[in-house]
Amino acid sequence: MDKLIFGRYIPGTSWIHRLDPRAKLLATMFFIIIIFLANNWQTYLLLLLFTLLAVKLTDIKFSFFINGVKPMIWLILFTVVLQVLFTSGGETYFQWGPIMVTSQGLLNGVFIFCRFVLIIFMSTLLTLTTMPLSLTDAIEYLLRPLTKLKVPVYEIALMLSIALRFVPTLMDETEKIMNAQRARGVDFGEGNIFQQMKAIVPLLIPLFVSSFNRAEELATAMEARGYQGGEGRTKYRQLHWQTSDTIVMLTFAVLTGALIFLRN
Amino acid sequence: MDITFEKVGYTYQKGTPFESRALYDIDLMIKEGSYTALVGHTGSGKSTLLQHLNALSKPTEGTVKIGDRVITSQTDNKNLKNIRKKVGIVFQFPEAQLFEETIARDIAFGPKNFGASEEEGKEIAKRMLPLVGLDESFMERSPFDLSGGQMRRVAIAGVLAMDPEVLVLDEPTAGLDPQGRKEMMEMFFGLHQQQNMTIVLVTHQMDDVANYADHMIILEKGTVVKQGEPREIFQDAEWLESKQLGVPAAVAFAGRLEKRLNRSFAKLPLTTAELAEQIAAWLPNLPKQTAQEKGGEDR
Repeated sequence: MDKLIFGRYIPGTSWIHRLDPRAKLLATMFFIIIIFLANNWQTYLLLLLFTLLAVKLTDIKFSFFINGVKPMIWLILFTVVLQVLFTSGGETYFQWGPIMVTSQGLLNGVFIFCRFVLIIFMSTLLTLTTMPLSLTDAIEYLLRPLTKLKVPVYEIALMLSIALRFVPTLMDETEKIMNAQRARGVDFGEGNIFQQMKAIVPLLIPLFVSSFNRAEELATAMEARGYQGGEGRTKYRQLHWQTSDTIVMLTFAVLTGALIFLRN
Repeated sequence: MDITFEKVGYTYQKGTPFESRALYDIDLMIKEGSYTALVGHTGSGKSTLLQHLNALSKPTEGTVKIGDRVITSQTDNKNLKNIRKKVGIVFQFPEAQLFEETIARDIAFGPKNFGASEEEGKEIAKRMLPLVGLDESFMERSPFDLSGGQMRRVAIAGVLAMDPEVLVLDEPTAGLDPQGRKEMMEMFFGLHQQQNMTIVLVTHQMDDVANYADHMIILEKGTVVKQGEPREIFQDAEWLESKQLGVPAAVAFAGRLEKRLNRSFAKLPLTTAELAEQIAAWLPNLPKQTAQEKGGEDR
C-alpha cells in the first residue's frame, strides 16, 4: 500500500522507543484518565507541554502525529461545534432559540478540541514507538492476573499477535489482488455507491479464500512444530523493567499531583 | 503497439521514512510483435516494472509511452481502461484472482468490464477453455473445486479473454508440472506466432528465454544492466554466472563439451535442437536423418 498506515510503528532508538512496552501502555492509559482532571487553561497548558516534550523525545517528525489526527478531524470538529452551540453560561454573544454562542461554550469547545488532540497524540506516540508484538506482550503481561478467573489470556495474546502479524501480509495480498482485478478492467473507487460496492466483490472473495487457506496452513504449521497451547510456555522476547520505566511512572504521579493542584 | 520507457524511476511511499527506490533510469522499448524476456533476481524490480506496462503504477520520474498514450507522474487515474484492455497482465500465481461462481463467468469478467454482453462473455469463455487445455464441461463448475494447476489455467484464460495486444506473463508456469509448463509455454508461443501478439515474459528459466524470446532485458537492483538479443547475451556465460543468472542447459552443455574436446562450435547453440544439430555436424559419417530426428525434439 502506498498510503502510510495511521499509527504504524516507526523503528528508532529514542529514549521513548527503548522504554518497556508495559510502562508505555500503562502510561498512555493513565494519561487518558488524568486528562479528565484538566478543567482550566493552566492544566491544559501543562498537559500540552508535557505531550510536546514526549513527542520531542521520540525523534519522530511532528507531521506523523498530525497525520494521526487527520482521520478523526471531522468527528472532533462535530463535537466541538455541538459544545460551542449548546453550552450556556458566561457572556452570551449570540442566541437563536436553543442555539447560543457563549464565552463558556467557546472555552469548552477549545478544551474539548485539546482533549481529543492530546489523547490522539499520546496513543499515536504509543503505536509509533512500540512494536505491535511488544505491545501484545505487554497486554498479555497486564492481563495475566485474569488467568485465575479462567480467562484464556495466552490464547487472547496469541490471537492478537497473529492478527497483528498478518496485517502487512493482508495488505500486500489486497494490493496484489486489486492490481490483478484492475488489470481485468475493474475501477476501484469510481462510479456511484452501487458500482463501488460491486467492484469490492472481486476483491473480497479472493481475500477471504486466501485468508481461510492461510489460517489452515498456519494451524498445521504450528501443530507440526509441536504447539499445544500457551500454558507454561517461555518467552523469546523478555520484558525488562528498568529505571527509566520507573521514572516514567514517577513523572506521571507528579503530573497527576500538579493537575490536582492546578485545577479549579 | 510499442511500449517505451524513458528515464523511468519509481519510488515506493515517496516522502515517508519507508521510502524505497524500486526502479531508476530505465530506458527500454518493447516493440510490437516482439517476444521479450525480462530476467533478474527476486527484488530486482521486475514486478514493479510490470505494473508500469499497463499504468497500474505511474512512474515517479520519467515517462512511459504505451501505444500513443503517455504516462507520467502527473497522469490522471481516469480513462486508463483502454490501456488495460490492450495490455493484459498475468500476475504471479494468478489463481488468487478467481472469485466468480462459475468458471465461465470468471473468464468473462474481464471482457464484460470492457463492455461485452453476457452472451458475448459466454461465447468468449467457451473459446478460451480449449486454448488453456480445459474443455467445455468446466464452464459451469466452480473455480474453487479445481486443482491448483487447473485454477492457473482458468486465470490465464481470464486474461486472454480480454484479447490483449500485449500479453505480460509474470512467471506463468511457476509451480506447474513439467508437462503443463511445456503446454502452457507452447500455447503462448503459438499466440505470438499466429496472432502476432506481443509478449513480455518474466522468468527465471533461461531455457524458456532461449527457446522463445527474441529480446532479453536483464534487471539488477532496479535498473537495466543489459539488453539485447538472447544469442548475444548468452555468449558471455561468465558474466551471466557472475550475476547468478545462469545460461540455458544447451549453452552450459556446449561450453563443457567444447572444453572437454578442446574444440569450438561454429555458432553457439541456444536450444537442445540447435545443440543436437551442431554435434551432428561434427560427425560427418552420421546419416542426415538422425540429425533431423534429434531436431524434432525441439523444445
